[in-house]
Amino acid sequence: MTATTTPLNRLGWTLADGLTLIGRELARLRQEPGQIIAALVFPAVMVVLFGYVLGSAIQVPDGGDYREYLMPGLFAMVTFSAWLGVMTRTASDATRGVMDRFRSMPMARLAVPFGQTGADLLTGLLMLTIMVGAGLLVGWQPHRGLIPTAQAFLLMIVLRYALSWVGVYVGLAVKNDQVADAAVPLGLPFTMLSNAFVPTDGMPGWLRFLADWNPVSALTAASRELFGNPGAPSGNAAWPLAHPVTAVLLWTAALLVTFVPLSLRAYTRRGR
Amino acid sequence: MTAYNVPSKATGADPIVVANGLRKSFGTVPALRGLNLSIPRGTVCGVLGPNGAGKTTAVRILATLSDPDSGHARIAGYDVVREAGRVRERIGLAGQYAAVDEKLTGRGNLRMFGRLYHLSRREAHRRADELLDRFDLTHAADRPVAGYSGGMRRRLDLITSIILRPEVLFLDEPTTGLDPHSRVEIWDSIRELVAEGTTVLLTTQYLDEADRLADDIAVIDHGQVIATGTPDELKATIGDRLDVTVEDPAALPAAATVLTVLIGAETTTAGADQLSVALPATGLRLADIVRELDHAGVAAADVSLRRPTLDEVFLRLTDHTEPVR
Repeated sequence: MTATTTPLNRLGWTLADGLTLIGRELARLRQEPGQIIAALVFPAVMVVLFGYVLGSAIQVPDGGDYREYLMPGLFAMVTFSAWLGVMTRTASDATRGVMDRFRSMPMARLAVPFGQTGADLLTGLLMLTIMVGAGLLVGWQPHRGLIPTAQAFLLMIVLRYALSWVGVYVGLAVKNDQVADAAVPLGLPFTMLSNAFVPTDGMPGWLRFLADWNPVSALTAASRELFGNPGAPSGNAAWPLAHPVTAVLLWTAALLVTFVPLSLRAYTRRGR
Repeated sequence: MTAYNVPSKATGADPIVVANGLRKSFGTVPALRGLNLSIPRGTVCGVLGPNGAGKTTAVRILATLSDPDSGHARIAGYDVVREAGRVRERIGLAGQYAAVDEKLTGRGNLRMFGRLYHLSRREAHRRADELLDRFDLTHAADRPVAGYSGGMRRRLDLITSIILRPEVLFLDEPTTGLDPHSRVEIWDSIRELVAEGTTVLLTTQYLDEADRLADDIAVIDHGQVIATGTPDELKATIGDRLDVTVEDPAALPAAATVLTVLIGAETTTAGADQLSVALPATGLRLADIVRELDHAGVAAADVSLRRPTLDEVFLRLTDHTEPVR
């Protein structure tokens, strides 16, 4: 029926099939209005919980407003939700045989991972927009002008895209949606073990080491710097916190270089 | 184990599915040990075998999901490994579990898969409506699949695999776990496809399913085809069965002794008052058997000669303690 022979043709079909799969994720969202409501309520709950409940007892290092300090951490939290979401969707497709159906069809091989990561990027942008709205409502704002603000959001987006490839690979590797679902609650402690909600200075040495090198901390520190929000690291900060923008870019590159080939191989491999 | 070679009834046609010496191991466990298969165009081939015989592995290789360790297979002349793209344009696959997106509606699934089969948007929509209508799912078309019954899901899975009107359709246990009513509906759907000329490879554990649907049957055990033929041919290979029903269940052992001596084969108990035995192709007449039972003082309520069921053929062929003749 279709002759996907020339490279240009193949690229065209990869894009077309990828778009179809992005459309699939959007259609799924439309079928589940509960998810959209949850996506709207989640940022509000986070801002109230951390901003007002915990924030009332937390002292920001350089005396700034805690909610100004908190929002970059929440942006990072939303960004790092990418790999868990993509992982559960990929594992669910693999478990229910949808992945096998894709593989037995004459569709572009690479469209599935690209479609899945592309769709996550769209939902991620939506979630980030809502979180920004929640932040503005409680008095957070960027202070350093348009360009650094845009740079901060761009950093979140590229890191999110890299993280979604981790999700594709892990989802294909576990091949079992129950295992994937069981891994989801690990996301919160991973995010909390960072500078997102409290400064790392007060943590015990070994824990502080983990928190300082957690990529969540690098992204949080980078956005604080670019937004001009309080919480800039003091003199003896660990390298990723002293050079947060570079650290985020390095993390992004490292994740993409590792997980894009791994995912593509896992998807096209015809083992079992 | 010696292999049967019963000629297929549909001779002369070009086989559209050919497998030659397929071997595949998972670790040290062999799943296929030199599987051969040949399916003429436009027929239904039932692949029977106990769990773990290699049915699913064979289907996965033929459907380009898995590579064989050695051997080769062709679909419509295209090699499943080297020309997998060509093969994928010609096949449909429906599995044991319904491989559709549960969150989407039935219509949404068909439209999405239609687009992924590279139909135009308009064509994908038209085909979705047509299939929903023909397979009686229009009433549920706009509900998410998560709310479908098992039978409806399986039917949606089936019609998703025929969006492109495939030349060869692989059905891996299409009715496993369904209630009798849904099974009959799936059977009707499969018959309708076959009438249009689709070649079907059907794996199943249900022998009545194979008996009703399949033109030819391949019995697989331990990763090899151990018998092929039409259902009638397979039944003929194990000979007719003799069922003896006695009036008094206490006379069953005596009846068994008479039959064993007379026929020279072990009897099997088929009920509290019934024995069944395979009849060799000798000149033994029903009248002789009745007379011998009479001599032994066994009052027979019924003595009847019948063709074996496919279940009996299957049990005989895959019974590893009993040598296959």
